[in-house]
Amino acid sequence: MEKRELICIGCPLGCPLTVTMENGEVLQVEGNTCKRGDVYARKEVTNPTRIVTSTVTVEGGSDVTVPVKTRSDIPKEKIFECVRALKGVTVKAPVHIGDVIVANAADTGVDIIATANVE
Amino acid sequence: MYDVIIIGAGVSGCATARELSRYKVKACVLEKEEDVCCGTSKANSAIVHAGYDAEEGSLMAKLNVMGSKMMPQLAKDLDFPYLQNGSLVVCTDEESLPGLTKLYERGVHNGVEGLRIVEREELEAMEPNISDKAIAALYAPTAGIVCPFNLNIALAENAYTNGVEFFFNTKVEDIEKIEGGYRVKTGTGDYEGRCVVNAAGVYADQIHNMVSGSTFTIVPRRGDYCLLDKTAGHHVSRTIFALPGKYGKGILVAPTVHGNLIVGPTAIDIEDREGTNTTRQGLDEVIEKSAETVKNVPLRQVITSFAGLRAHQTGHEFIIEEVKDAPGFVDCAGIESPGLSSCPAIGCMVADIVKGILNPEENPDFVGTRKGVLNPADLSMEERNALIKENPAYGNIICRCESVTEGEILDAIHRPLGAKSLDGVKRRTRAGMGRCQAGFCSPRTMEILARELHVDMSEITKSGGSSRIIVGTNKDRI
Amino acid sequence: MKTYDIVIIGGGPAGLAAAASAKKSGTDSILILERDKELGGILNQCIHNGFGLHTFKEELTGPEYAARFIEEVKELGIEYKLHTMVMDISPEKVVTAMNREDGMFQIQAKAVILAMGCRERSRGALNIPGYRPAGIYSAGTAQRLVNREGFLPGREVVILGSGDIGLIMARRMTFEGAKVKVVAELMPYSGGLKRNIVQCLNDYGIPLKLSHTVVEIRGKERLTGVTIAQVDQKGKPIPGTEEDYDCDTLLLSVGLIPENELSRAAGVDMNPVTSGPVVNESLETSLEGVFACGNVLHVHDLVDFVSEEAAAAGRNASAYVKGSRTAESGREIRMNPTEGVRYTVPSVIRPEQMDDTLTVRFRVGGVYKNCYISVYFDDERVMRRKRPVVAPGEMEEIRLEKAKLLERPDLKTITVKIEEA
Repeated sequence: MEKRELICIGCPLGCPLTVTMENGEVLQVEGNTCKRGDVYARKEVTNPTRIVTSTVTVEGGSDVTVPVKTRSDIPKEKIFECVRALKGVTVKAPVHIGDVIVANAADTGVDIIATANVE
Repeated sequence: MYDVIIIGAGVSGCATARELSRYKVKACVLEKEEDVCCGTSKANSAIVHAGYDAEEGSLMAKLNVMGSKMMPQLAKDLDFPYLQNGSLVVCTDEESLPGLTKLYERGVHNGVEGLRIVEREELEAMEPNISDKAIAALYAPTAGIVCPFNLNIALAENAYTNGVEFFFNTKVEDIEKIEGGYRVKTGTGDYEGRCVVNAAGVYADQIHNMVSGSTFTIVPRRGDYCLLDKTAGHHVSRTIFALPGKYGKGILVAPTVHGNLIVGPTAIDIEDREGTNTTRQGLDEVIEKSAETVKNVPLRQVITSFAGLRAHQTGHEFIIEEVKDAPGFVDCAGIESPGLSSCPAIGCMVADIVKGILNPEENPDFVGTRKGVLNPADLSMEERNALIKENPAYGNIICRCESVTEGEILDAIHRPLGAKSLDGVKRRTRAGMGRCQAGFCSPRTMEILARELHVDMSEITKSGGSSRIIVGTNKDRI
Repeated sequence: MKTYDIVIIGGGPAGLAAAASAKKSGTDSILILERDKELGGILNQCIHNGFGLHTFKEELTGPEYAARFIEEVKELGIEYKLHTMVMDISPEKVVTAMNREDGMFQIQAKAVILAMGCRERSRGALNIPGYRPAGIYSAGTAQRLVNREGFLPGREVVILGSGDIGLIMARRMTFEGAKVKVVAELMPYSGGLKRNIVQCLNDYGIPLKLSHTVVEIRGKERLTGVTIAQVDQKGKPIPGTEEDYDCDTLLLSVGLIPENELSRAAGVDMNPVTSGPVVNESLETSLEGVFACGNVLHVHDLVDFVSEEAAAAGRNASAYVKGSRTAESGREIRMNPTEGVRYTVPSVIRPEQMDDTLTVRFRVGGVYKNCYISVYFDDERVMRRKRPVVAPGEMEEIRLEKAKLLERPDLKTITVKIEEA
């Protein structure tokens, strides 16, 4: 049996959650005040994911950088690989929201896309 | 070989340089920092004292009164902000009243004009926020306030325009006597001069002691200040001092020429000659003591605090003389308060000593006037539009808090001895000196500096040396 | 002098939403004056996700959220001027502005919407002692350098203040290769969202020290270190708790201040609690026909609520210029925030003028657990909502119904307070 301590992010209450696990299975979530805590804890201990946002360099545009994000959330442990996949990446203007900047970033199956327009 | 080498580009060195540029002398100023006005001249009360403080018959008294009288015309000639707002030395207890009378008599003896003692009723009418404890005050209508940066910059620019050379980032490491003069050794090379003027502020003792057997000591005396937002600028209209009394010297509360309110300073003797750090204790003292003379100082409106170092000499007197065992070496040392007030007179006195040594001819090409950075806020809308039409940069606001335009920043960069850093721009234009303290404008000012000076953004500093703003680019080390 | 029905000061999220809403309410003559090079305001540098959950029911980044409103404003054909600084607003609603092309010019507006946003509190305002070297930035300045210009302002970072921008920047700078050593927060609780504490600090092992502040700043040219100390209940540093951190960067995320210099100069009455204008139910200030919305009115946590508030201001300004507001009976109900509630926006309600439902937003002054948000009509409690927790960092709201207020012609005061369970 393994216990994991988390802080719920559902609301400002920030309930301290204790998740009891065995062989990767969640046995129990304790400390939550509402259903959201339970759902959050189960996801966070079995498959934590995040959206990664950063910037890349733009050439010949009205701005020198363009912000980017992973189109959807990616496994938490892949965050830094996704950021590193952006190192040295330079795109040419114009760039538009949704343009793919790096396809299948860090083999997550998720593209990194532009989140602003640079003309 | 130079005729004169001036060490230090503060107000004393630059006033001296300007006075000497009236003559045909080959002069240079050596400054260890990247710009003029980086030491004591930068961080002080910005006050032009009337001259009642210094002891009768002292050099301080003589030069203060003289400098104070010269300041209005100098401000016109060199176009820097100066306002004769008057000062009040406030007495808050009966037993100190004789001290107030003594101060009045000393002022009269020193030659200060217009002095008089005002009683509570008149005092309250003059300054509605005066402390409820105030019973009388010494009123000096000739006291003033000045922008110390622009005073210093104006003196330097005018000296430069009249032929004085300036070398920055040039720190004097040693001075040796050579045939017919001195060799001044710096980190960036040697300079030889027939005369040397030591206007090195808190380092003046070290410079002096390089050439003379009779040494003296300068103690850096730190003064902490708080600067308040312009919304507090009208809290008082004159400079309010506390009468030195049983609670010590007290601190002043004064408007600045730019409409802020300044409160300070402390007086704390320290060892570190670069120790311009404020301390909690110092700032708390400023806050606490401000209430002695002025009530309800809106201290929530503080936008910045800073500390300056006065070059306190143990004898508390200006040392302005040719050093006896070092002919041709002229001290301009111990220039603490009222040094800023006295600087026009100090410049004259030092220049006279040097003239006595060199016997130079007059410089027929000397131009005694200079125009400062244009402030578009002084113009009518029609004039302003004509200016923007001619130079659209004057239509582009960079510093929102102080309404400083790109045109002014370009002027500050490209004028003689122009700005090279954010602080350089700030001292010349006030960009970044407002309530947001450069939060919005510093990236934009950096871009302008990089573009105009043809350097990379990463080269831009706050104030020269290693004070870089940017240390790398995104992901450069991942 | 040129005339417009509505001049909007600021093209950030508030100005954009106000403009779109005013246009859709039937006012065509609208001009937005924006001082930056683009519309969208600060959202353009808030490249993280988490925007728009309320407005668009999806999670957007700041630039994406801004782009949707910018597109709408452009599609609606609303006029705007960029690089244009408003220098003055007169009580008669003459707006003086300046840019490179037009020079200094004046516009007579029938209505003005203040949407200037806010600025960050600076080091000076905190009066932190020490040296004044390079390397001290407000979090927003660092955000601009990193996110818009691709520059790293430092490599070893201490952050003072756990406001959301500070938390977000802790993660951003970590991504770009900096080491964030600690976040110190003066208060015993964070002003930032729980989500940001977990996902910006905990994810990267960055410690958050509550009840701590910076007591010393070292480094004469570039920052070399800071000292952090624990503070007592009054916020005073406790001697003996000092810890030194070597760092080249100090980021400050210590609060936002509505930027009301223009409003004050125009003579608008200000609320000392919010540092924003006092407004009525129409978000109209003490100057008739001058409205305010967004962070210039009171600092928000979520842009979605800025958009919602600004849309109301736009609608109300449009009604004002069309003269379609109902005749005034002069009846005013005063909002009375008390017992844990620091302020309300609006602070006065004229029931005849209000929409069918009116959202009243407010903040609490401390953390309260298992409490009630209670509303009293004069002395009678009319609403009592149980809340597991309320905190200063999260704006709260109640809704008032016009019908209920019209039912009570003698109602003078509406009190909002926190009641312990």
